[in-house]
Amino acid sequence: MISLAGRDILHSWGKFVFTGVGLGLLIGATLTMAGVYRGMVDDARVLLDNSGADIWVVQKDTLGPYAEPSSLRDDAYRAIRGMPGVARAASVTYLNMQVQQGNRDVRVMVVGFEPGQPGEPPYLLAGRQITRSHYEAVADVRTGFRLGERIRIRRHDYTVVGLTRRMVSSGGDPMVFLSLKDAQEAQFLKDNDAIVNERARTAANPSLNRPGVPGLLEAIQASQTVSRSVNAVLVQVQAGRDAEAVAEPIRRWKHLEAYTRAQMEEILVAKLIATSAKQIGMFLAILAVVSAAIVAFIIYTMTLGKIREIAVLKLIGTRSRTIAGMILQQALGLGAIGFVVGKISSALWAPFFPKYVLLLPSDALRSFAAVMAICAIASTLAIRAALRVDPATAIGG
Amino acid sequence: MDGFGIRIENMRKRYGAGDTAVDALKEVNMTVAPGEVVGLIGPSGSGKTTLLKCLGAVIEPTAGRMTLGDQVIYDGGWKIDDLKALRRDRIGFVFQAPYLIPFLDVTDNIALLPMLAGRPNGEARARARELLEALDVGHRARAEPSQLSGGEQQRVAIARALANQPPVILADEPTAPLDSERALAVIRILNRMAQQYNTAVIVVTHDEKIIPTFKRIYHIRDGVTHEEAGEGREV
Repeated sequence: MISLAGRDILHSWGKFVFTGVGLGLLIGATLTMAGVYRGMVDDARVLLDNSGADIWVVQKDTLGPYAEPSSLRDDAYRAIRGMPGVARAASVTYLNMQVQQGNRDVRVMVVGFEPGQPGEPPYLLAGRQITRSHYEAVADVRTGFRLGERIRIRRHDYTVVGLTRRMVSSGGDPMVFLSLKDAQEAQFLKDNDAIVNERARTAANPSLNRPGVPGLLEAIQASQTVSRSVNAVLVQVQAGRDAEAVAEPIRRWKHLEAYTRAQMEEILVAKLIATSAKQIGMFLAILAVVSAAIVAFIIYTMTLGKIREIAVLKLIGTRSRTIAGMILQQALGLGAIGFVVGKISSALWAPFFPKYVLLLPSDALRSFAAVMAICAIASTLAIRAALRVDPATAIGG
Repeated sequence: MDGFGIRIENMRKRYGAGDTAVDALKEVNMTVAPGEVVGLIGPSGSGKTTLLKCLGAVIEPTAGRMTLGDQVIYDGGWKIDDLKALRRDRIGFVFQAPYLIPFLDVTDNIALLPMLAGRPNGEARARARELLEALDVGHRARAEPSQLSGGEQQRVAIARALANQPPVILADEPTAPLDSERALAVIRILNRMAQQYNTAVIVVTHDEKIIPTFKRIYHIRDGVTHEEAGEGREV
């Protein structure tokens, strides 16, 4: 038996291809939106993977350091390092800020870490790790910085000595790594005018500037200009130890919050990007409805254009299921063309998105099934119209 | 006349009911022998199209009896369950316009019917090629309908009507869009095919050019048929 749908598609291939391309761009947008969501989840996971930690110790009653602000004393890691099951512990700071790269502003996350400890960028594309105590930086390639370039952060310039890749915040901002001391300064140190002002205020306060207590004012003023805070302590547990079993005593005895990898992933994926995920989900649902409406409209219009032929086919004894099959196959054909175009177009434009777009093969398979299902459902309107055609209309008008 | 291709006895068709009922066919009697071509003529609104639809098993008559070959297919009700198969296998249709399927080539337009009847593709296409040769359009076998002239399209439509070797062909004003020469050529072909394939052909027409070619004519007026002898002019 001849494939009526196939012949019709071959006969008017231009119409099908152009319609399929239009539909494909819509499907491409849908696949890209799914990729944006996957990219957000992947960014969150990459952030956790690259930190090299098994436990994140943060300020009590906070969801820090990524989802909420968190502040700890920078010597907290010493006590944690002595806890049973802890292999390594190190302080880190995280600060989202805008830096100047050439003539453009780049949104980055400045990470302060201790060289050789958890929090250090795990691999470099070029250059070296930070070896000096001050004024060196390692940057993600997406910042646009090159080796040897200087980054202005607050009141200091930092030389890029290494480049890394896929080191991003949960929001997808590329990272710039500084030594912990530099990063603490960047985050907590006040500007010179503010320090002078603060010193004057302290000196004018009789309870802090007591006569007969030498050195008190100087000690207070010194403490005001030195930052002793970090945002989190990253902990690596000893091999074979259960992270939750190690975290529990930290929560109990150190009066801090300790999150395991699973808990931190839950915070990032289920809490931090939950609203964005819902937003994208809504958008995907709308795109699916729009795609279905477009396919339904196209197939319905195409079918209406063939009413006379359908009446003749019915008159000469063509079974309803053959006619319905023809329309269904055309709808599926259109969907298949659209999917191929959508897949190719999304793969082509995904790298140009400012944030990471992750196109998973499993998502593509699911999308293909959804496109086919949508096309099949959309064709029912046209099938209904075709099956209602009276074969008598072929006779005598 | 040896037997008949189609016989209609006392066929009636009423649309609607009660005060608004319309009797489109009041008394239709008709017999067409195998190999015979008869004309069915009548003014607009006389019931030609309704009769054609009843004969084509597209609408159900209200009363009467219809026999196709040696099988009664209607006698106060359809006597056949599968009317689509009846139309596909035992009735050929030729329309005012050829209504060929635009996305099938000439061969497959004809072969489609045998294929729908379940015949193998090779056999169906061989039958199509045989008919195309018989109708002198064998050289256009791979052409698309849009590439054919009006006359060629109508020949292909006749070939399609003959594809399943039906005992009867119903032709609804098949010469309407054609000039005199092509119209007469179509009638010549219908006569030749009717005899070659032993098919009864009913030609509904208004066309003054072809009416003199029929040996027998059925006039239909106000839903009643009257048989007349035609001129039977050679074409």
